[in-house]
Parts: sequence; structure tokens; C-alpha cells
Amino acid sequence: MTKPAVLTGEYFMTGDVACAEGALAAGCRFFGGYPITPATEIAERMAIRLPQVEGCFIQMEDEIGAMAAILGSSWAGVKSMTATSGPGFSLMMENIGLGICTETPCVVVNVQRGGPSTGLPTQGAQGDMMQARWGSHGHYEIIALAPSSPQEIFYLTITAFNLSEKYRLPVLIMTDEIIGHMSEKVIIPEAKSIKLASRPRPKGRKDRFKPFAPGPNGVAPMPAAGEGYNLHITGLTHDEKGYPVMDVETQTEMMARITEKIQKNLDDIIQTDSYLLDDAEIVIVSYGVSARTSMAAVAEARKLGIKAGLLRLVTIWPFPEDQIRKLADRVKGFVTVEINLGQIHREVERCAGGKVPIFLVGHSGGTIIHPDEVVKMLKEAF
Amino acid sequence: MQKIPMTSNKQPDHPLDDLIRTDRIPHIWCPGCGIGTVFSSCLAALKGSGIDLQKTVMVSGIGCSGRAAGYVKLDSFHTTHGRAIPFATGLKLANPELNIVVFSGDGDLFAIGGNHFIHAARRNMDMTVICVNNLNYGMTGGQVAATTPHLAKSTTTPAGNPETPFNLPLMAYACGATYVARWTMLHIRDLTDSITEAICKKGFSFIEALSPCPVNYGRRNKQKPLDMLKLYQEKAIIKNDADPSTLDIDFEKGIILGKFIDLDRPTFIEEYDKIYRPSRLQENVPELNS
Ligand SMILES: Cc1ncc(C[n+]2csc(CCOP(=O)(O)OP(=O)(O)O)c2C)c(N)n1
Ligand code: SF4
Ligand SMILES: [Mg+2]
Repeated sequence: MTKPAVLTGEYFMTGDVACAEGALAAGCRFFGGYPITPATEIAERMAIRLPQVEGCFIQMEDEIGAMAAILGSSWAGVKSMTATSGPGFSLMMENIGLGICTETPCVVVNVQRGGPSTGLPTQGAQGDMMQARWGSHGHYEIIALAPSSPQEIFYLTITAFNLSEKYRLPVLIMTDEIIGHMSEKVIIPEAKSIKLASRPRPKGRKDRFKPFAPGPNGVAPMPAAGEGYNLHITGLTHDEKGYPVMDVETQTEMMARITEKIQKNLDDIIQTDSYLLDDAEIVIVSYGVSARTSMAAVAEARKLGIKAGLLRLVTIWPFPEDQIRKLADRVKGFVTVEINLGQIHREVERCAGGKVPIFLVGHSGGTIIHPDEVVKMLKEAF
Repeated sequence: MQKIPMTSNKQPDHPLDDLIRTDRIPHIWCPGCGIGTVFSSCLAALKGSGIDLQKTVMVSGIGCSGRAAGYVKLDSFHTTHGRAIPFATGLKLANPELNIVVFSGDGDLFAIGGNHFIHAARRNMDMTVICVNNLNYGMTGGQVAATTPHLAKSTTTPAGNPETPFNLPLMAYACGATYVARWTMLHIRDLTDSITEAICKKGFSFIEALSPCPVNYGRRNKQKPLDMLKLYQEKAIIKNDADPSTLDIDFEKGIILGKFIDLDRPTFIEEYDKIYRPSRLQENVPELNS
């Protein structure tokens, strides 16, 4: 029954399936999930593929349980993942916070559909971007990535696992129904060309080990249950030993640890991509499926003599603030393109700091944004 | 008994000290609380069972009972309210070598976490679940629980509980648990024996441990700290193999205690391996956790 984890070759694949294959290539060996359109195909693929690579799949009783299970399996030393859409993402929020607080590597995929509530189950949207940032209670840092094609979702799923292992936190893949259900060419490279990261491992005496004492890059080494460390892991505010201490100093220290490990490594974490940006006077900021629309709009605008360019956000959180700030000093304006009524748009506004005008091309979900709408905005606004 | 020289002012070590994070003592439990007794019974069982303690994990949810994970000197996880069982499910599936003990409260396991209990029992997920049933939500100040007796008072049922409580052993049995027992913290030997048996048995085991919460339950129900213990003594009816449908808690007629269910059926992992991973059933297969 065993088959390779990396199915090297050329395929015509949906984004959902490419996501599952990316996870397997990244070393994911546990998936706990719950069916929901348009993410179900990820679970279905994992149900077939995980046992072929000696991994384990389980359909849990709900998304709360799914999220709890992937945290548990991560503490048993296994790379783990779940995938869902809006309603399930809402249910996962409390345990995503547990993952942040206990610094537990894992990957959560949200194949976004129109919301709020049950919304548009089979139609795409990008309306959960702020929920990805702030959906669990309290203040924290998170990493979220937005793929624009099935090929990219394959690679970004590997990146998500690598970042989650390196920085010890849940990493979110914020894709959407359109990318998830779209079939395109996907090339899966040879296993040996894929770079994998693993959580930092402890050295030295087990009885003196402190599971939350940060290493050189701000991240603490992580043992697994059953290795003799007598770990205590809690979602209460805890010290470096992992013991609950409910006072202001410990809270401040713990919060510094879980936020600074991200804030101090932005250059390593943040990825963006661009198209005709160097000489652009108007910058479109977009991500995911909307970045494809935007690219077509830039090409069309250039034909009309409008000097537009695209900044494609691959990493959404932490937000590429510096890049937007620098652009704001030299361009005439920004247009944010996203399938919601202005979420990342507000971030662009915040970073541009009133220096130049900013416009939104967005709608409330259900279909893609047509390039013509973007071109129209470029013509009218500038 | 160990002899202590008169000159020593050092307290003798407690026989369970090696399983306790003594650097976390004093614990948070109130005077007169029963959780500590159930906890030490669990530790004695862990020690007596002969299982590999390095491969043993305690998982708790949130509540006074859920603080147990913070005092045991084993790998231990204090998770979110109600989610100890699915967290433990992930641990077990990722590393089947781990022995899993879930130690938590009645509110945690049967109200907010009830769905997970039902499904872990149905799957026969290999773990031992110990529920400290103190008939209320102790930690949050004594609200009604899914186990609070009909008409009993709590801060959220100030004139008495209009609801009917769960019969937990019946529920566990109906959901598919392969080992089910109920004791009180006063029946410490039986409780320890049952926990030991449950830990050594494969499959989903459930033990209900009745335990007083004098501070939040007793006080509102005209019980002095010892009254609940007296009830445990006077009203206990030990009846192994009793029909689970007869196990409603009735402090007037009597509380039936004992081991009710002890049967065998394949665990989730056994079935999964048989159907999906037959190569793992042969020896020397590489570990999942590599
Ligand atoms: C999601 C969530 N809801 C509510 C709470 C508040 N809360 C903490 S403990 C608890 C009840 C605990 O009752 P039980 O499980 O019976 O434990 P006990 O304190 O009685 O041992 C509640 C409601 C919480 N921590 N998390
Ligand atoms: S509130 Fe009740 S259950 Fe909690 S520690 Fe005090 S007596 Fe025990
Ligand atoms: Mg309780």
C-alpha cells in the first residue's frame, strides 16, 4: 500500500488536491478534519493518501475537535494539518489561540467562501482575511499565506509547514473556492529538491529543559510527548518552564516571546511578488485569485497608457507594511483588489498614511472580480 | 512507617512525590475538596499499573479538576474547555505507543465537551477518561452542570434545577466504552483498582469519580463539608455488573457504585491499521514519528 509522499510528475490538478499533495511533500503525516465545501476535497485526498505514507487521517466530530486533534498530534512530534472553510474556521478559533499560546506548529487551510454565516457555500470570496488576523481572542502574531494558483498552493503549503516548524505556531493558508476548485497544470518536483524545515530540537539535560526558553532566533526548542521531558503545556499564561504564572510580568514576557519571534524575523517570513511595479505610478495591491484578475488589468491598463503595476501579497500576515510605506512615498496612488468590502484595503490605507489616494475594487463575494472593473477604476480614479 | 530522626526538620517524602511537580505545590484546590483524593488515587494507579510512565500523558480540559495536568510530573497538557479528548485523540493517533489518561471535570467532559466524549467512546479510542463529578461547575463559582441533581441549587438555578442530570455510566456504555466504573473519592481502594485496570486495558475506558465541592455545591445545598462524605458512605450500594440503565444518582435511594462494563472490541487504531495500513501490522515497520 505504501506509495511515495512526493508524487513527482506533471499533473492537471485542482487547488485542493495540490494543497494536499504539498502537505504530504512537506512531511505532514496527520490530518484531522471535518467536511465542508469547498475544502472537502483536501480531506478526501488526505484520507486516501495519508495511510499510503504511514500517516493517519481522521474525520473528527466537528472542527473544534479537528483543531484540537492536530495540536495533540503535533505534540506527539508529527506534522499535522486541517482544512476548512468559513463556518469551520470560526469554530477553530479558540484552539488556534491555544496553538499560538502553546507555540504548536501546524497548518490550517481556509478555502474561503462567501459569508457571513452559511453564506455562499459553493462560491468564492476573500472575506475571512481579518478573521485570520484577529479571529482568536487576545493579542498575537500569526502567519497567513495566499496562493494564486494550484501550482502555488502546492509550494505555499510546503512553505506553511516550514514556517510553522521554524517559528512554532499555526500557519494559515488563506485560499478561496476559486483556486481550490480550479484545475491547472501542477508540477510536483523531485523529493530531493524540496527543502524541509523541522522544529528546533532540544539538547542537554532533560530535567533542566525549559520548553519556552527561546533559542537564538527567538524560538524555543520543542520536544515531543513520550521523550522523557515531563513537559507541562498549558493555555494559561506561563513562564519559560511552561508553568502557569498569572501575573503581569509573566504575561508581558510571554506575549513578547510569541509576538517578537515573528516581528523580528519579518525579512525571513514575508514574501511578495510584483508585475510591472518598477516604473508604476499606480499600484494595485492584491492577493490570491484577485491577483490574477489584477494582473490582467495591469496589462490592459498599460495598453491604454496607464502606468499601473501590481504588488501581489503572498504573505498576508504579517502584513508587508514596509513595502507599502516605501511605495507610498513614490507613487500616485493605490487600488486594492479583493473579494470583500475592504479588509486588506484598510491595511493599505493605514500604511500609506494619507500620503496618496487609495481606492477599493471589491464586492461581497460569489464570483471573481472582472479585470474590466479594475481597469475602469484605474481610468476613473486617476 | 519510615522512621524520621528527631533532629530532622525535613518533611518525609510522600510516596507519590516522584509523580508530582512539587515545585507547583501548594495546589489551588479548596480545603474539603475531593479532587486531590481522586488525583492521588490516579497517581497511585499509574504507579501500580507498571506501564511505562515516560510514555504516559495526562490531558485535562479547564476547571478545578482540569488543573490536575498541572500537578502531575508526566508529560501533561492543560488544553481548552471541553477539548481534552480530541487533543488526546491527536496525541494517540500520532504516536500509538503513548498511554493516555484524560483527567477532567463533569462540566468539561459532558457539557461543552460532550460531543467529543460520545465520539471517542464510539470509536473506541484507546484512552482512559477519569471524570471528577462534583455535580457542578466548581471553578466558575457553582453553576448548574449536566450532572446537577434535579431541584439542586446552583448560582444559575437559584430556586432549584429544573433539568434532569445525565446518567454518565449509561451514556458511556451506550456510546461504546469498553470499560465503565463509578466510585466515590471515599472508596479510594476500589477507585484506584478501577483506574489501574482501566489504564492497563486497551480501548476507551471511563471512570466516574464522585467528589465533593463543599465550597460551591455543598454550601448552596445545605451540606456541611462532611455531609457529602457521609452520603457517600451511607448511600453507597456496591453492585458490580449493575444494569447501566439503573445508575441514575439518587442520594435518597442510594448511589450504585462498581465496575459495570468490561468488554473487548477492536480500537480505532486496530481497525484503521487493518483496513488502511496493513503493513504496520507486520513487525519492524518504521515509526510514524520519525
Ligand atoms: C470556552 C469556555 N467557556 C467557559 C469557560 C469558563 N469555565 C472555566 S471552568 C468551567 C466549568 C468547569 O466545570 P467542571 O468541568 O465541572 O470542573 P470543576 O471546576 O467542577 O472541577 C467553565 C464554564 C472557559 N474557560 N472556556
Ligand atoms: S471550588 Fe469546589 S471543586 Fe473547585 S477546588 Fe474548591 S471545592 Fe474543589
Ligand atoms: Mg464539576
